[in-house]
Formats: sequence, structure tokens, C-alpha cells
Amino acid sequence: MTRLLGAAVSRVRVELTRKALKWGAAAVLFGLMGAAFQPVSLRADTIDDVLAKFATDRFPDTEKAIQDLASSGLATGPAMLEALAASQLYFDPISKGVFLKDSSGALIAARTGVKADGVPEARLKKVRMNNSVRGAMQTAQGALSLMSPDPAKRLSAAESVFKSRDPASLPLVQMALEAEKDARIRGVFEQARASIIASDNSQDEIKRLDALDVIKDRGDQDAASLLSTIAASSNGRVKASAEDGARAIQSRLALWAHVQNIWYGLSLGSVLLLAAIGLAITFGVMGIINMAHGEMVMLGAYTTFVVQEWIRAHNPALFNYSLLIAIPLAFVFTGFIGVVIERTIIRFLYGRPLETLLATFGLSLMLQQAVRSIFGANNREVGAPAFMSGSFDFGPIAVTSGRMWIIVFAIAVFVGLLMLLRVTPFGLRMRAVTQNRRMASAMGIDTNRVDALAFGLGSGIAGIAGVALSQIDNVSPNLGQSYIIDSFMVVVFGGVGNLWGTLVAALSLGVANKFLEPIAGAVLGKILLLVFIILFIQKRPRGLFALKGRAVEA
Amino acid sequence: MQGKTPFLDTKGRVFLGILAAAAVLTPLLFLATPAGSSLHMPAYLVALLGKYLCFALLAVALDLVWGYCGILSLGHGAFFSLGGYAMGMYLMRQIGTRGVYANPVLPDFMVFLNWKELPITWWGFNSFSYAMMMVLLVPGVLAFCFGWFAFRSRVTGVYLSIITQAMTYALLLSFFRNDMGFGGNNGLTDFKDILGFNVQADGTRAALFSISAIALGLGYLIARAVVTSKFGKVLIAIRDAESRTRFIGYRVETYKVAVFTLSAMMAGVAGALYVPQVGIINPSEFAPANSIEAVIWVAVGGRGTLVGAALGAVLVNFARTWFTGALPELWLFALGLLFILVTLFLPKGILGTAAELTARLRRKPPEDKPQPTAAE
Repeated sequence: MTRLLGAAVSRVRVELTRKALKWGAAAVLFGLMGAAFQPVSLRADTIDDVLAKFATDRFPDTEKAIQDLASSGLATGPAMLEALAASQLYFDPISKGVFLKDSSGALIAARTGVKADGVPEARLKKVRMNNSVRGAMQTAQGALSLMSPDPAKRLSAAESVFKSRDPASLPLVQMALEAEKDARIRGVFEQARASIIASDNSQDEIKRLDALDVIKDRGDQDAASLLSTIAASSNGRVKASAEDGARAIQSRLALWAHVQNIWYGLSLGSVLLLAAIGLAITFGVMGIINMAHGEMVMLGAYTTFVVQEWIRAHNPALFNYSLLIAIPLAFVFTGFIGVVIERTIIRFLYGRPLETLLATFGLSLMLQQAVRSIFGANNREVGAPAFMSGSFDFGPIAVTSGRMWIIVFAIAVFVGLLMLLRVTPFGLRMRAVTQNRRMASAMGIDTNRVDALAFGLGSGIAGIAGVALSQIDNVSPNLGQSYIIDSFMVVVFGGVGNLWGTLVAALSLGVANKFLEPIAGAVLGKILLLVFIILFIQKRPRGLFALKGRAVEA
Repeated sequence: MQGKTPFLDTKGRVFLGILAAAAVLTPLLFLATPAGSSLHMPAYLVALLGKYLCFALLAVALDLVWGYCGILSLGHGAFFSLGGYAMGMYLMRQIGTRGVYANPVLPDFMVFLNWKELPITWWGFNSFSYAMMMVLLVPGVLAFCFGWFAFRSRVTGVYLSIITQAMTYALLLSFFRNDMGFGGNNGLTDFKDILGFNVQADGTRAALFSISAIALGLGYLIARAVVTSKFGKVLIAIRDAESRTRFIGYRVETYKVAVFTLSAMMAGVAGALYVPQVGIINPSEFAPANSIEAVIWVAVGGRGTLVGAALGAVLVNFARTWFTGALPELWLFALGLLFILVTLFLPKGILGTAAELTARLRRKPPEDKPQPTAAE
């Protein structure tokens, strides 16, 4: 939605700038020159002159006023143009003062930019517009955005010039470039200038070649398509250079596309890992088919929702810590439910895996319906704390912080679980029970307790996976269902009873999925992977990393 | 039809008797009685009962593999749906120029997708006999290939269940795609004729019901013939001790593939009869949950009893109809609870437990199967 909106806005912006530049670049140019070379002391008079012209209520004067507005350096200039566009610019026929109404409806004096109290509003008249005035206004808006005090506006104006390559805006860009202080925006202005020069066949060849180099340095998709356009319309050295550049950029971009695929794949893989790792304990280590595993993930996500609701209602300052609070709570809550399930249902079904599958499936139906009855069937809104939102650039790839943290979190959970199994006494007991239940029992280990706690551990980990997944997926009663089959695939593919297998399987399936997506489409890619796993299991029924020895038949 | 009576026990005779009565009486009560009469059967009830019969056939097919051979298939819903799609494709071709776009060859959704000619998968489906062949062949071939690979590599137990589930999930995703050419999301619907008879007409409904009852009876007889034969004894041996059976010298995978394929074809027939009675087939029939639910029908009635499977299917679906009418909120609770209670307290299902009770009443020791013990 926002992306769509953004695209629409930027398209409008390009359109605006292009029109503006066609309609009156010259007029504005003079104005800008004035702005650049006039001493500051003269400006006060100019400003008053400009404002006076707004108040004459004649179209030619208004037009002139708009053209001069850009050069006057009036701080409220952009706001005035915006108000004019929204027909919210007024003048006082008696005092000749100019006022604008801002979006809240407050009346502001154009001269000072402060609230104009005590001005009789009934006396004010709107500044009228005709097509010619409107044209001047759009031109001025384009020019103002190139010279705007807001760096973001300057940047986007420069970008749109880069894309439009309108020769008429060359002097304007030149001006803006000379005045620019910010190195990054300066670079974009240079690229904009280069794009105009390079695509202009009447320019000197040497200049064009230099300009091509600037465009090549930019190195993104826009630059590549610009270079191909130039190559198509030129000849000689310019054509060759542009073709070379386009090719070089394309191959570099292809490389980055692979990097991006791997990154997205790791991101998807870490989600799979989170969803599957609890199952690797219950199914992989204990041999219990827990079809309600997905519902444990869902309960974890709903725990996050409840925690955030509580924070919103009672202590909004804590919102950025909501996930940190939710993680232990989700672990304890789902872990507790897991222990209850083990004690009341699963312990009667050990040794009958198919029955366990059915009972836990029934349980998953009940949990889904329970959540639906309590929270409703619709998606619930779970917000992202500050550190999870936003993104940063890595080369041409925009890395979203949320995804990055989920990868980090998945790895942390994996390492934590591995440590728990390897170094703690509980892990030792658990491994003992899974390897040889009777011997472990004979050595004095309370196997019932270990069973219950191990199942609770698997469920608790599903719960904290739910906290993470609440950030990237819809929190609805069906959340769990969408992960359960994938999770089983990951565990079976990786090899039952092997956490490392789960890690490798999750990440490789994630990456494979992202590489298949551009070729086969998202759904077909997924189907291909499912078919691949089905075939793979025929070949290696015990997964990638199969346990060997006596444990296999147990 | 019932020449092979030696195969039948009391349960079976009662079952076939009820089916025969239903096949004759329902059309009579539906067609021959006036609408106001207290004996009259409304049309919706005929369709509903016909649907139950199709589910019962699916349950019998599933019981054949699960109850007698220990293969817990979570993909029988897929075979059911494939049979249904084959029938649906025949029905789509019968619409002819009566569709919205009035294209004599292409179904509406293809015209809508701007397709110019019939894809190869649809060729021949204007012929009823070809369609019926596909109803058997498509699920059969899929089950054969799947079973061939899976059983030969000794994928057993829960692994098999999980990959059958993955199979139906993959089919679900595939049939959702428009490119597959099976109507995508919307599936196939708006059927008009079957063999020239209007699908909506009372006579057709009654006939479809009777055919479903006969198909269920036949399916039961086939399954019964299989399980009472020597072949069936081997199946039971595989269920109870697969490795031992293999070591004795039986080719376990051959038996499994054969029974799996047969069962899939029966499921396909059930789906084919289901579609004209409900009037639609869409990809959601492939949902893994449907397949698991079919397993619970068998479990409720009693696995390894065949009649019980049919009984379970009818009972559970009747409960669903009642709940979704009276207490829709509670249906999933009830179904979920049913799953748990049946597995915990009624592992032999209704018929199995009933048999045990009567045996105990006659002071005979119950058929001895060691009770599964909880974790040692």
C-alpha cells in the first residue's frame, strides 16, 4: 500500500518537474540567478514587492509574483505555493497583506510565517488562478524543490531530473549543483547533469563520454537502462562506451541479485528454522508427531499481541521493549501448555505415533477455535518496536532491520538450544532418555518428568518462534497452519533427531525457494520443493543427516 | 450381486441390507410421495445423505489401507478430489454452449483467461466412458507411482503419513493456480447435464443417490473380498510385523503398492460420485485437514472393520451437519475433542469396542491384542 502510494507520488513528482521545466524554465532561471547573485540586503524590498503583486488581484501580476517568489528567498515560499495550489492563499485588499491557511485551517502571515491573529477573515480574498498562473506555479514548485532547504526534496527533484533528462533543465541543475553543500545530493545533481549531457546528441563527444563515466559510476538499474537508451540513439565511441557500461552494470547487478536472493533465502530459512526447531525437539528427538506445534507458534504470537495491548493500555513507554518482555512470557506460557498436553494426552500414546498424530491434530483444531472465540477470527495488529523497523542499504540491497533481527534471533535460539542439550544436566538427561529409555530409567532418571519437560521445551521454543513470526506474518488463528507442513518438511529433510540437520535443511530450503521464485513463480517454486522433498525422502528415508546405529530402529 | 456371501459376516449382511434398503426406499420416498406427505423426503436430505454415502466409501477405502495394512495415508482426500475433478471436467464439457460465454468447446473460465484451445489434459472428457476411466486411472496411477517409490524405499509409519500430507498439500497449491487449467481458485461448477439428464432434476438426484449406495456396497464387497483372501492375510501380517513378513519371503512393497492403488481408485470413485451431488469441486477439497478428518471417521467407527469406517463417516458427518446448524462455534471444539477422546479411550472405535463388549458378555476372553502401554 505505502509502496504503491510512494510510487504514485514520485510519478506525480516527475511529471510535475517535467512540466514545470518545459513551461517556464527560462523565467525561473533568471529568478534563480537573481537569488544567487543578489546581495542579501536587497531581499527585504524584493519580498515586499513580490507580496504586493499577489495582492493586486490581476493574473499577470500574480504570475510575475510567483516567478519572483523563488528568487526572493522567502522562507514561506514553498508553503505559499502549496497553499496556492490548494486555493488557500489569501490577500487583504485594504492592507495589501498576504496570508495563507495551513492544513489545520490557521491563518498565517506570508511575510513573517507566524500566526496572523486579529485579521478580519471576512475581508480576505482568495488569490485567483488561471491556466497561465497555474503553469507558473508548477514551474516554481519544480525550481523550488531543486533549491529546497529540505535535502530530501532536493534529492528527489534531482532524481526526477536524472530520469526525465530534459535538456531545458540543464542550466537549472548547473545552478543547483553550484549551490549544493551536501556531498551525496551533489553526486545526484552531477548524475542528473550527466544524464542530460550524455543523452543530448548535439553535445560535444568528449563531454558526453565524461558524462557516461559519471552514469556508469552510479551503477544501478536506472543507470543501466539509461545507458542502453543512449547506446540505442547514438553512434561511434559514445555508443560503444554506453554499451560497455550497460553490460558491466548488468553483470554487476546480476551478481548482486544473487547476493540478494541468498539474503532473502537466509531470511526465509531463518523463519523456517524458528518454526521447525521446536518440532526438531518434539518430533526429532522425542519421536512425537505434534500436529499442534503450529498452534504453539500461534499462541506465542498472540502472547505478543496481549503483551503489546497491555503495554499500550498501561505503560506506553515500554513499547520498544515489548518483544523482549513477550519472549520469556511466550516461552513460559506455551511451555506450560506443552507440559499440560504431555501429561494429559501424549503420555498415554507413547509408542503409538499415528494415534499421537490424530490426537494432536484434534488438539490443534480446539486451540484454533479457542483463539478464534477469544480474539476473533480477524488478523490482530502486532506493532514493530523501533529497532525492528527501518532499513539500511548494503550495496544496492535494502536490508530491513526486522528481517535481520529475525535471522540473528533464529541463530541465537538455535545456539541456545544446542547448548542446553549439550552442557546442561537437563540436556544430558534428555539425551539419555531418548537414546535408551530403560537404561536411563535404571540409572535413576525420572523419565516421565524428562518427557514432560522436553515436550514443554519444544512447545516453549515454538512459542518464542511465534513472537518473532508475529513481526512478519498476520497474527490470526490460522497462523500455525501455514507453518506446520513446512516445519515437518524441514525436520524430515534435515534428518530426525539432529539439530544441525534442521539448521542446514531450513536454510537450504529457504535459499532454494528464493532462487526458484524468479524462475518458476512463488507457488510453483514451493510445489517443486515439496516434490523434491517427497522424492528425496524416497532416496534417503532418514533425511540429510541420518542417525546411524541402533537408535535408528528405536 | 451378492454371490460371494461366504465373505460376509453378520455385520456385513446388516450393512448391505441397510444399503439395499436405502438405495430402493430413498428414491421411492423422494419421488413417489407427494410433497406434503409426512413420508416425503425433501431434496436437500437426499443430496445430504448421498454426500454421506460418498464419504463412507472414502472411509472404507482408507480403512482398507490403514486398518488392514497399517498405512496411515493423509493423502486420501487428494485421490478423492482427483476423482472429483475428473467427473467435474466431464460435467464442464457437457455444459457446451449454455455457459456464460457460450463457447461450444472451452469452459467459461478458459474463455475468461483468454485461452484459445482446449489443453491436452481436457481432451476426451466430453466422453463419459473416458471420464470414468480417468476417475479410476488418475488416482490409481498417482497412488501407484507414489507407492512404488515410497514403499520400495521403505518409507513407513509417520514418514509416509507426512509425505502423503505433503503430496496433497502440493496438489492443493497446484490446483489453486490458474495455469494448471482446472479453474484455479473457483474450481469447476455450474454443471448442467450428466449423460443428458439434468443434474438438478429430482430423478437424477435419486439415481445418483442409489448409484452411490450401490457403489458403497460394491466397494465394501471388494474390500471385504481383499481382506478375507490370502492376500488380505498377508496385508494383516504386514500391518502387525512388517519386517517379519519380509523375512518370511513376501514382497511387502508389492502388496502395499497393490492395496494402496486399489484404495486410491475407490477414493476416486467416491469423489466422482460426490461432485455431481454437491455441484462443485474446488481446490479446497485437497486441504490436508480434509484427509486427516477422513482418518478420524475410520477411527471413530473402528479401524479394520470396514463397516465401522462407513458408520464413522456417516456419524461424524451427521454431527457436523447438526453442529454447523445449531452451534457452529462449537463444531471445531467437538471435532477436536472427538479426535482426542477416540484415540485415548476408544482406540478400537465403536464397532471394535462393541465387539469386545459382546465377547466379554459371552464370557469369552476378548480377542487378544496386547494393550499398548504408556511410556515404559
